[in-house]
Amino acid sequence: MPKYTFKEFKSDQEVRWCPGCGDHGVLAALQRSLPDVTEAMGYNKENYVVVSGIGCSSRLPYYMNTYGFHSIHGRATAISTGIKVANPDLAVWQACGDGDALAIGGNHFIHAIRRNVDINIILFNNQIYGLTKGQYSPTSRFGAVTKTSPYGTVEHPFNPGSLVLGAKGTFFARSLDSELKLTSEIMLEAAKHEGCSVMEMLTNCVIFNDGAHKLIADREYRADRTIVLRHGEKMIFGKERNKGIMLDGMGLRVVTIGENGITEDDILVHDAHSENVGIHMMLADMKYPDFPVALGVIRNVQDVTYDAGVRNQLEEVKEKSRIQCVDDLLRSGSTWEVK
Amino acid sequence: MQHKVIDTKDVVIRFAGDSGDGMQLTGSLFADMSAIFGNELSTFPDYPAEIRAPHGTVSGVSGFQVHIGSDHITTPGDFCDLLVAMNPAALKANAQWLKRTAMVLIDSDTFDEEGLRRAGLKNDPIRELYIEDRTIIIAPITTLTEESLKDSGLDKKTVQKCKNMFTLGMACYIYNRPMEYIFQYLERKFGKKKPELIAPNKKVLQDGYNYAANIQAIPNTYNIEPAVQPKGTYRNITGNQATAWGLLAAAEKANLPLFCGSYPITPATGILEELAVHKSLGAKTLQAEDEIAGICTAIGAAFAGNLAVTTTSGPGLSLKSEALGLAVMTELPLVVVDVQRAGPSTGIPTKTEQTDLNQALYGRNGECPMVVMAAHSPAGCFDAAFNAAKIALEHMTPVLLLTEGFLGNGSEPWLIPSMKDYPAIKPPFVQPGDDFRPFDRDPETLARKWAVPGMAGYEHRVGGLEKNHAGVLSSDPVNHALMVKERAEKVQRVANYIPELEVNGPESGKLLVVGWGGTYGHILSAVQEIREAGNEVSFAHFDYIMPLPRNTEEVLSKFDKILVCELNSGQFVNYLRATLPQFTYSQHNKVQGQPFLVQDLVAAIREQL
Repeated sequence: MPKYTFKEFKSDQEVRWCPGCGDHGVLAALQRSLPDVTEAMGYNKENYVVVSGIGCSSRLPYYMNTYGFHSIHGRATAISTGIKVANPDLAVWQACGDGDALAIGGNHFIHAIRRNVDINIILFNNQIYGLTKGQYSPTSRFGAVTKTSPYGTVEHPFNPGSLVLGAKGTFFARSLDSELKLTSEIMLEAAKHEGCSVMEMLTNCVIFNDGAHKLIADREYRADRTIVLRHGEKMIFGKERNKGIMLDGMGLRVVTIGENGITEDDILVHDAHSENVGIHMMLADMKYPDFPVALGVIRNVQDVTYDAGVRNQLEEVKEKSRIQCVDDLLRSGSTWEVK
Repeated sequence: MQHKVIDTKDVVIRFAGDSGDGMQLTGSLFADMSAIFGNELSTFPDYPAEIRAPHGTVSGVSGFQVHIGSDHITTPGDFCDLLVAMNPAALKANAQWLKRTAMVLIDSDTFDEEGLRRAGLKNDPIRELYIEDRTIIIAPITTLTEESLKDSGLDKKTVQKCKNMFTLGMACYIYNRPMEYIFQYLERKFGKKKPELIAPNKKVLQDGYNYAANIQAIPNTYNIEPAVQPKGTYRNITGNQATAWGLLAAAEKANLPLFCGSYPITPATGILEELAVHKSLGAKTLQAEDEIAGICTAIGAAFAGNLAVTTTSGPGLSLKSEALGLAVMTELPLVVVDVQRAGPSTGIPTKTEQTDLNQALYGRNGECPMVVMAAHSPAGCFDAAFNAAKIALEHMTPVLLLTEGFLGNGSEPWLIPSMKDYPAIKPPFVQPGDDFRPFDRDPETLARKWAVPGMAGYEHRVGGLEKNHAGVLSSDPVNHALMVKERAEKVQRVANYIPELEVNGPESGKLLVVGWGGTYGHILSAVQEIREAGNEVSFAHFDYIMPLPRNTEEVLSKFDKILVCELNSGQFVNYLRATLPQFTYSQHNKVQGQPFLVQDLVAAIREQL
């Protein structure tokens, strides 16, 4: 079969996001990575279902020429779970925002992760409610001034990474809306991963939270304030490629190679497949200015998936059971004859 | 005392004790045994919300009423002929349900100072409860059970647990029940895991029987002849079990996997539990993180092509409201079962009511009609669930099936049907080569076509936003009005595919008694009683509420008066008033978390004559 191109994943619908919105980049990355995913996984286009909740980013299914479900606020993860369990042969991708997945849909989000349902969740994190025009979200920084927090928020934000890992997530990755190549690479990894894959996309909202991630994402200093993690590679970053991450007691430390006797040998090698969540948690939690923000696949481990568990159990029980049809069922157990 | 054996047509027995005394089991064993003996029967478990309420208190009393007879038994009975009271609290809680002629069997060992105090009684409970005129049989059941098992080697706690077998033995003597069934049950239950318990339980049962025969305190024993029943294989079935099986039957007839996403909630949990057992029939059950996830996973499963179901009770239905709207908007097949309980809010979770009808009809934002139907008896839940699924799948609509705690937990014998007598279910799947626009409609049913992910060439998007027939988002005013109208009309046209309303009794006359749902048996009994007294009255019972059967207007038009009886403040009667305003309706209502009493219905009907 000839390989699909990104065009075949584009629907004929006009994309209605604001010019300059970070969501465009994520959509483009998804459309570009699905031909590769399709080839790598042996899927057909009709096997894809793209699900979303409510919010700007949740418009995404309309722009994909696949089966799609634009559901209700917060519930995308539950809908995705139902689709995957109903038919494990489908490839389920989900688009949801920080408010959608972590506020109103927080419960479904953590439980899908806990169950390890084999779905791919793209979490668009712009730290603001965009579609309702500018209220703070569960990821807005402490003190954020928004329409509903004119004097600054007095609540702590979630870090989606630590939430995912705390819920025993088996796959967590992070990228920037403008990092098309990295995002596509992450999406391919997520597709290959069997289990619940969460991809946090740090996206900009040009209208209500412009510069949401500017402190780390600006091309001027992105290389010094972010680090791209790749399994098996040293945790080295910086414009000069001379900075690295080292273990320091119970924590992590940023060091400069060549200073204070530090050599490349002292720098940690990223092990995304490590069962131990400790270092993954520290990596996911790294914040500017003390640390570079970690991008790439931070955790990627194998565990039993929920949908496979359901399917296997059905088969096992069916093999053993004497009840093979409803007529058997109706006559099972205690019955009596009237003659 | 002269012992007499009396032939009687029916008796009502109520077993009551602490919620840990095993009264539900005792009652159901008595019921099963009677069913196999050939009696007709109806049961009513009446248990508290607490799993183990404070020992010996009235709030912790668990009761199980069973009505057995040799003629048509349609209700668990208003009042009882025999009350088994395992402690003072059980006596206090149930004294009000005694017939004038009733017999009361009490365990005198529990009627000590402490037991009376816990029940809030003083020295002489019989007088305090005004039941001196009943036949009271005082037996030291605890002591007798201990005596019976003194050489068994069982510890005291295990011995205590056998008390219910002693009372069951006594009840078997009083009602001439063959105990073979219980012996078999004990062998099945303990056979592999605890065979050492079989003989002691059998012994206690037999000793209870012998004790009752020997004490000379029991004035009469009773014969209840087997009923004349249609030939065939029978079983006992509860409403929740029948609901689950009806759904499985529909999945088989539709050749689709069954998916049930649910959150545990009293009194609906039994359906989820039952489906969870039947993985061999392909039933997938997902115990969701909450009620909303229950319905949303089901909606996802419907989109993916399964027969999708979610089960709940009142407060859970409230939580599902928004997602119900999504199912209406996306026009996906979905069965929602609401086993109604006493509300509002948490209400009285273990008690029965019909108070969710308004919520079922109207409890959603926007113009949001869906099919609403009801089951009318425990075994009737099978057909109701089957039909709900058939309508959902063939008409591409959510269907809300209302049952009730009374039906879900109640049981009755059921002549087992054969699946070959049930119709095939044919969802309007898109066929290869078909033109497809997501919201183009079948000209007859107005159902849209069902294209399931995995079918090449039919990729489309659904969602909560308004769309046009092509499936493209649209906020065009004219399109919105059209889609609102079509969704409503689609539900109305289901009336062309459901049975007409039947009238029990003459098709015209002075008075038509109307009911819906689980009150069927009570109203039927009341109507029959009225007729036996020489009055003419007709009865129509609704299984379908939205839409109403096609001939509803015609049926109602033939009576001078219409009396609508329901277990709420008048939700169905007000729906009829709004839908068919040309008629005048009277109403009889009860909102006590309890089923109707036949005698109250009889009085209400008489008032109209």
